Amino acid sequence: MGKPKVGFFDFSSCEGCQIELTNYGDADFLELLNHIEIVEFREAMSEKADHLDIACIEGSFTRESERKRLEDIRARADVVISFGACASTGGINALKNHQSDFKEYVYGKDADSPHLQSNLKALPVEAAIKVDYKVLGCPMDKYEFLNIVSSLLHGKTPYIPDYPVCVECKRRETICRFDLGDHCLGMVARAGCGAPCPADGIPCEACRGFVTNPNEDSLEKVLIDHGMPEERARTKSRMFTNTMRSDA
Amino acid sequence: MKKDVNINVHHLTRVEGHGNILVDVKKGKIEECTWQVPESPRFFEAMIRGRHYTEVARITSRICGICSIGHTLASVKATESACGIEITEQVKKLRTILKHAENFDSHVLHVGVLVAPDLLGAPSVFPLVASHGPVVACVLRLKRLGHEWGSVLAGRTTHPTTVIPGGFSKMLTKKDLVDLKEKILASVDDINTLVATVASLAPNIPAFDRPTEYVAVSSDDEYGLYDGLIQTTMPDGKKERFSVADYKLVTNEYVSPNSTAKYAKHNMDSYAAGALARFNNNREQLHPEAKKIAEALGMTSLVTNPYLNSAAQVIECVHSVYDSLRLIDELVADPDYDPHQELVKPTRFGNGSSAVEVPRGILFHEYTYDKEGMCIGGNCIIPTNQNHGNIQLDFDKLVPEMLEADKSEEEMTLALEMLVRAYDPCISCSAHYLDVRFKK
Repeated sequence: MGKPKVGFFDFSSCEGCQIELTNYGDADFLELLNHIEIVEFREAMSEKADHLDIACIEGSFTRESERKRLEDIRARADVVISFGACASTGGINALKNHQSDFKEYVYGKDADSPHLQSNLKALPVEAAIKVDYKVLGCPMDKYEFLNIVSSLLHGKTPYIPDYPVCVECKRRETICRFDLGDHCLGMVARAGCGAPCPADGIPCEACRGFVTNPNEDSLEKVLIDHGMPEERARTKSRMFTNTMRSDA
Repeated sequence: MKKDVNINVHHLTRVEGHGNILVDVKKGKIEECTWQVPESPRFFEAMIRGRHYTEVARITSRICGICSIGHTLASVKATESACGIEITEQVKKLRTILKHAENFDSHVLHVGVLVAPDLLGAPSVFPLVASHGPVVACVLRLKRLGHEWGSVLAGRTTHPTTVIPGGFSKMLTKKDLVDLKEKILASVDDINTLVATVASLAPNIPAFDRPTEYVAVSSDDEYGLYDGLIQTTMPDGKKERFSVADYKLVTNEYVSPNSTAKYAKHNMDSYAAGALARFNNNREQLHPEAKKIAEALGMTSLVTNPYLNSAAQVIECVHSVYDSLRLIDELVADPDYDPHQELVKPTRFGNGSSAVEVPRGILFHEYTYDKEGMCIGGNCIIPTNQNHGNIQLDFDKLVPEMLEADKSEEEMTLALEMLVRAYDPCISCSAHYLDVRFKK
């Protein structure tokens, strides 16, 4: 069997997860190319492929007109991976999902132009097609992605943790943001990133989405107990989990 | 001569985001010649409403994966302006080194991975691994340098963690600075190889001229990147400066039916932003090592060939290397350098704006905060948007010239694709898109 054919596709996103692929450096990237053949990657190459063993889709599903392109990728690919937060959960794009006036706010009197048509909500790719595996995070962790590809090449199911980021902070002995007078979403955020943000001195914003069954009420209470105004505490987790909140 | 030409490039490749090129020529008459930007809009300015001033940069950095450092810097600068925060000289120098890292990283990626295949007649960088292995490995090593250089300062290069209003959440020690300097110095041979490779391929860069207006950050103190005023240079060399708060006098944004991204214009029907615009505004302030490269590439006065934006990027890579080494030396020699320097706190909440040079050109952010520090509105004007109108006017001049020269449809398609790529468009930023259609 030849090397698996892999394609990368982008929808509404910053394309930062694809950019992360360029950040492996010479050794790791050239090694990755020993195991997979990249056959379609618009950002880096001009060719297109008929059949794909793995399709990695970056970006949210935000326009009905994108459904056909997604279905076409699904039809050509054996395995579909939603690649990064925008594709897996709606990501940052969903931060406007609870608003009704965003189009008027950005485009003013031109908001009704037909070419600016957009779905009201930014949705994960799985709202349009079946997704086999998800690479979480904003940006995705490039080494977690290597692990997922490696698992698939070895016929294993990739392992994605379902415990909170707090576990990873404890493991690397990072001082809790709350103990430093700050706030954090680590207690309800899904781990797997290695908790780089609190270690760099900023709160976790739950870019990998919630753990299964997050206690949203308790989160709000903890934030308020630590001095956050009620309204901000209520809306705090919208940044990356707006499609996953109980009010979505 | 009276031929039909039909170019229809849907979702142009090797650019960041989605764009289309549509050319329709019937019996030698141009029916259509458009640059379209169909990227799906994402509404960031609406998203930031109701978010705390400490969160806003983490949201707007997500406008772009390639220039997320630049968006973060522009965002925190605008927030600092709105909150009455004056950062320290130490933070300003560290942020300038970070700005250099991003421009270097992005320019290496653009020139080495996205443009080089055109100059070498390949469809992508992947076949070049076999045919030009040592050069590709050199580009990847430089790409890694750019990434590591940015990561050590910003936590990571895609959506930085440490750059926050008031300073940094985590700062380099002097030892980290010395290590960074050694890492950059160790790459000088690779940088020279990149420069020599581009110089040898320069004859393959198309000859085309269209004088336009060039807009860039400009400062009396340095080659404008992290900080300065807004400056425009006209084709005759006449310069004019504007304060950052007056940025709308320069950008004059409007909605085009061809685009989900807004367009911009100033004195002329369009203007250019980016490495070439910076070069045309500020080339006298380049580091002497970068000036040498400019001379070797024959770029000694105002340059009006947009394809040479890629050459200007190479010149800037050299500038970023040597100017960063200078700044590191200054920081290391400073007896008061303090890696635990506290964040500067807000003194008020109101309105503020910023201008920063990101790899693709001048970027503006503006925010307004209420008395609790919650964002009530914002505006981001992205360099690629500012270039869309200029790309269209380049098309309007280039397509008739190529028809006159009886170029084939294939040659025309390549020339148009290469032109758009030369601008290094970041369409995710501008809304997001590139695609050439020659209609029959």
